[in-house]
Amino acid sequence: MRLALDIITVVLVSAGGFFFMAGTIGLLRFPDTLTRLHALTKVDNLGLGLIVFGLLPQVESRLGALKLIVIWLLVQMSGAIVSQLIAQAVRRSGRQT
Amino acid sequence: MTLVFACEVVLAGLLVAIATWTIVARTAFAAIVLFMVYGLLLAIVWVALSAVDVALTEAAIGGGVTSMLLMGAATRLRAPTTPVADVGLPLRIAAGLLCALVTTVLGAVVFFLPDVAPTLAPVAKDNLAASGLGNPVAAVLFVFRALDTLLEKVVLLLALVGVWSLASDEAWGGVPGLPVYARPGRILVFLAQILPPIGIIVGIYMFWAGASQPGGAFQGGTILAAVWLLTMMARLQDVPAINARWLRLLLVVGPTAFLAIGLAGFFIADSFLAYPPGIAKPLIIVVEATLTLSIGVTLALLVAGPPERLSQR
Amino acid sequence: MTITNFLLVAAAFVLLMVAIGLARILYGPADVDRILSVQLIGSGGVAVLLLLSVGMNLAPIMDVALMLGLLATFLSVTFLRDAANSSSVSPSTTEER
Repeated sequence: MRLALDIITVVLVSAGGFFFMAGTIGLLRFPDTLTRLHALTKVDNLGLGLIVFGLLPQVESRLGALKLIVIWLLVQMSGAIVSQLIAQAVRRSGRQT
Repeated sequence: MTLVFACEVVLAGLLVAIATWTIVARTAFAAIVLFMVYGLLLAIVWVALSAVDVALTEAAIGGGVTSMLLMGAATRLRAPTTPVADVGLPLRIAAGLLCALVTTVLGAVVFFLPDVAPTLAPVAKDNLAASGLGNPVAAVLFVFRALDTLLEKVVLLLALVGVWSLASDEAWGGVPGLPVYARPGRILVFLAQILPPIGIIVGIYMFWAGASQPGGAFQGGTILAAVWLLTMMARLQDVPAINARWLRLLLVVGPTAFLAIGLAGFFIADSFLAYPPGIAKPLIIVVEATLTLSIGVTLALLVAGPPERLSQR
Repeated sequence: MTITNFLLVAAAFVLLMVAIGLARILYGPADVDRILSVQLIGSGGVAVLLLLSVGMNLAPIMDVALMLGLLATFLSVTFLRDAANSSSVSPSTTEER
């Protein structure tokens, strides 16, 4: 049982790490602010989400597991709203130039 | 070379790189973003050293409040009302030499640290049970060295008065010139409506948890300050005039409660800032609760800056 | 390699990805691009801290992650107000002085 949980953790956390790498590459290589923003939101959603789900089998207490999920939901929600704000700022500036 | 050591070396190198980069950044905006990154990286370093209380405060103050302060200052400098004097080369060289001197002295001190650090930590830990608290940092702050904490809170208030004194004579008692969004869109208003309740709960949780685990009044107060600033920036609430009575009441309620309980120590316990046995923890919780409020309001007003106009726009 | 070591390595990896992504602050042609790095360190830092919390078995580190997630949001909003291509700053100086 322990081994199965550890394997789940390794697989999910590695997948999350892969998305972080993809997000960084996108941030550096994409040509435009809006496309970079798109890459970044994948990091918020999938990268952090996979890592959180990978950590859930390792946490002993229910309160810790709940905290993990609450933190992930909070980061996801605020990340989504701030991404909209950034995109709005880019569009407004684009209209002026 | 173990894995942990290699990670620590990389982290230290990253810190030095970010610090250097902050200084050579071309625009003020980039420098402030880098300074914020530096603060947050330092918080991770504190976590790696297992100093979680310090990490919380570093992330809150070093990464959060200071960056907001700097960004407000950069905005004001972008459209200055009085001409900004140019700094000549001799002054820059003098500043550089002073920084080099401080760095050398600090490096020498770190180099010649004694092998066994002189510390009172074991003594504090042994007496932790007597204080009624579970968090040794909170015990040091409010039981063993309560006088220092009281004076710190007063100093924070004095800093705010110092910021207010930068106002012009006509604007004294008026509304601080916090740079706000001129046309806050619906998305920003939505964020400023949904985040404050969450922030208030998190702030109260941080203060409450500080009695038995890392946290405390300062960290909780910073979150409260941040959500209040968010609502003010999104123009959901007006920036209050600094001579508003409720504002000044909130500012002083924390240090006053602390001082009152300290003075009461003369009558109900042994001396100033002594707690009677048994009710130490409830007293400390009351002090911390009022302090959380006061610190939140003080920090938010520090970021808001000196008053600039007499009436709301 | 134990699961603890794996989690610590994963934390170091994510931190490295965030560090590389910070280069966007150097290159980003507009100020808005630099705010993307604020978002990256927000979600990346939270991931690193959560991995460290479970890896070092210190639950309070999750509180640092919570603080970091909230602060990154506030700072993004503050920095967006002052991004150079954003015309949404209200002048704080008065004309009747």
